[in-house]
Amino acid sequence: MKYPKLIPTLLVSALVAAGNAQAATAYISNEKDDTLSVLDLDSWTVTDTIDVGERPRGIALSKDGSKLYICASDSDTVQVMDLATRKIVANLPSGADPEQFSLHPDNRKLYISNEDDALVTVVDTQTHEVVAQIEVGVEPEGMAVSPDGRWAVNTSETTNMLHWIDTQTHELVDNTLVDQRPRHVEFRKDGKLLWASAEIGGTVSVVDVESRQIIKKLNFEIKGIHPDKIQPVGIKLTDDGKYAFVALGPANHVAVVDAKTYEVLDYLLVGRRVWHMEFTPDRKHLLTTNGISGDVSVIDVDDLKVIRSIKVGRYPWGVVTTP
Amino acid sequence: MLKQTTIGLVLATLLPSALADANEPLDIRVAYVGQIIDRGPVLSNLIPEPEDAGLQGARLAIADSNSTGRFLKHQYRLDEIEGEDTATLVAESQALYDDGARLFVLNTAADTLAALSQALPPDALLINSGSRDDSLRSEQCLPGMLHTLPSRAMLADALAQWLIMRRWNRWMLISGSTDDDLAFAESIKRAAKRFGGKVVAEKAWSFDTDLRRTAQKELPPFTSGTEYDVLVVADERGDFGEYLPYNTGLPRPVVGTQGLMPVGWHKMIEAWGAAQLHSRFEKQSGRWMNEKDYASWAAVRTFAEAVTRTGSTDVATLRAFVLSDRFELAAFKGRKLNFRHWSGQLRQPVALVHPRALVSSSPQEGFLHPVTDLDTLGFDAPESRCRVVEQ
Repeated sequence: MKYPKLIPTLLVSALVAAGNAQAATAYISNEKDDTLSVLDLDSWTVTDTIDVGERPRGIALSKDGSKLYICASDSDTVQVMDLATRKIVANLPSGADPEQFSLHPDNRKLYISNEDDALVTVVDTQTHEVVAQIEVGVEPEGMAVSPDGRWAVNTSETTNMLHWIDTQTHELVDNTLVDQRPRHVEFRKDGKLLWASAEIGGTVSVVDVESRQIIKKLNFEIKGIHPDKIQPVGIKLTDDGKYAFVALGPANHVAVVDAKTYEVLDYLLVGRRVWHMEFTPDRKHLLTTNGISGDVSVIDVDDLKVIRSIKVGRYPWGVVTTP
Repeated sequence: MLKQTTIGLVLATLLPSALADANEPLDIRVAYVGQIIDRGPVLSNLIPEPEDAGLQGARLAIADSNSTGRFLKHQYRLDEIEGEDTATLVAESQALYDDGARLFVLNTAADTLAALSQALPPDALLINSGSRDDSLRSEQCLPGMLHTLPSRAMLADALAQWLIMRRWNRWMLISGSTDDDLAFAESIKRAAKRFGGKVVAEKAWSFDTDLRRTAQKELPPFTSGTEYDVLVVADERGDFGEYLPYNTGLPRPVVGTQGLMPVGWHKMIEAWGAAQLHSRFEKQSGRWMNEKDYASWAAVRTFAEAVTRTGSTDVATLRAFVLSDRFELAAFKGRKLNFRHWSGQLRQPVALVHPRALVSSSPQEGFLHPVTDLDTLGFDAPESRCRVVEQ
């Protein structure tokens, strides 16, 4: 698509809204506004706000980046948005109260945690059919599929376990007990390690995928902040295996961890009640959603500095980026 | 794991890696004892308290614990006793004990707790989820008893901290005539002393007019005569306090048992997953979850958390774990909860709500404590004679 000549700025934003942007873009779900904020990653400005279903939380891109999946928790559905038109093109039968999900490397099977029903629902994104439902612990939350596609791991917040689901059979084959209120799981790129945060326990467990045993438990400590307020939620690992970033919720900081030695290197001050994070497509920046302050902080990954914050909607929750 | 190869995949699905050594199938019995208390006639009787307050919370906690237990081969069940009469409740509880029950959740009045504490042998683990009585946490100290319901002192301190933070230091205190009302008023006066509030006037409610018709006439003069910042009401059963907001002599907020209320739990608490707890509870019970439900829920969850982490039903093991530094209860209040080693009280934030919104949560920032700010609420170790854990 070429830009037409002689266009006023209004038209530019209309073009951006039509999905013809050249710049990298972030989509942020605003839990209490029932909207997505569209953030232009060159200008660092919000260029559009899109109405979606009720209480949008987890969001994920299809592998080709053409579709956005949105957990509309209170609408009891996963919405599918065509990013070219920014229109909802389908509602998937997600089961009740979908919160987070993860797309299998096959780009078809979507593993969805149903927070109110203690279930993981597997939906085929092509046929829109429910492939399986697996009983897990109370308040399933975090979801991750291993890079090789073998495992789907779900966390249950009140049962305090990681549930290991075999993606071939859709059977629950193992459970790993972790600390209180596990929120998020993130596989290392090679699939050998899994990082799991425990919000109320205040810890991050590093789990060996082969044995499904905890090999390291990380603790965090920030001067002047009560230990009870240090509540790990989102985790992101750099592709080069150098850093892990851990969002610490109401401590309003993101911990930078040496992903090899597990040493905490620094704590970066971001907005209030930081939830989830995503790298920009060039991997140079990390975006954080800050629930209470309603903004997104931008971390420079090389300098390990927070370089700006951008106001979005109320209670921003999930974030994805696309080139 | 040996069992995986010998017994096969079906069993393997039930074996959590972290607990491979503590993997015996367990049956866990929890006894729930609920006392139905006749609170007498009240002027404001439009919204009655649910009769199963407490019981529904215990039931939900059993369901929650069984969801977890499925993966550990732990099966929980609840024995339910309900009644009005103390002697009957005691006899039925003893029968349950004789039948093997050791874990008791007691949603009863303070004197019934004392009777149960005396009647049940010391290897029963008792959690009070029904009485706010301060003496149980400071003077009376029933041996080994834990408490999940916040005490009146905790509620009053939570309210007082917020009032001081707002600089609303001058309080007019109006109390009803029941023992509970007077006890709440005492807690308010204690809180005033602790945090620097001043009770500038104290009045006892003694009118017997029907306020549904005459509140507008009677209450403004009754609440006039002294300058005050807030009106604090002590009316636990809701006899007259509901009529105080907007009928005060001065244009002042009403706080206490009505108006802005300190509570252990409320529908308006929604953060940290509370929305999910409410939604499970409402699906089960068809009504909102109140603080009695929450206290019984937390009591059952305390037992279950100890069973999950120790893989044992031995009472001594469970008690030691619950009172150790390793015990953490995730209970939808934004931080992990544990028990005070002196009074056996569950440390917890206290919410300040009005019927349609959460206003704040105490402890308030700036109220400091050498160990944990949660201990700024209620009876701290030096103020209590109780010693649940021997020093």
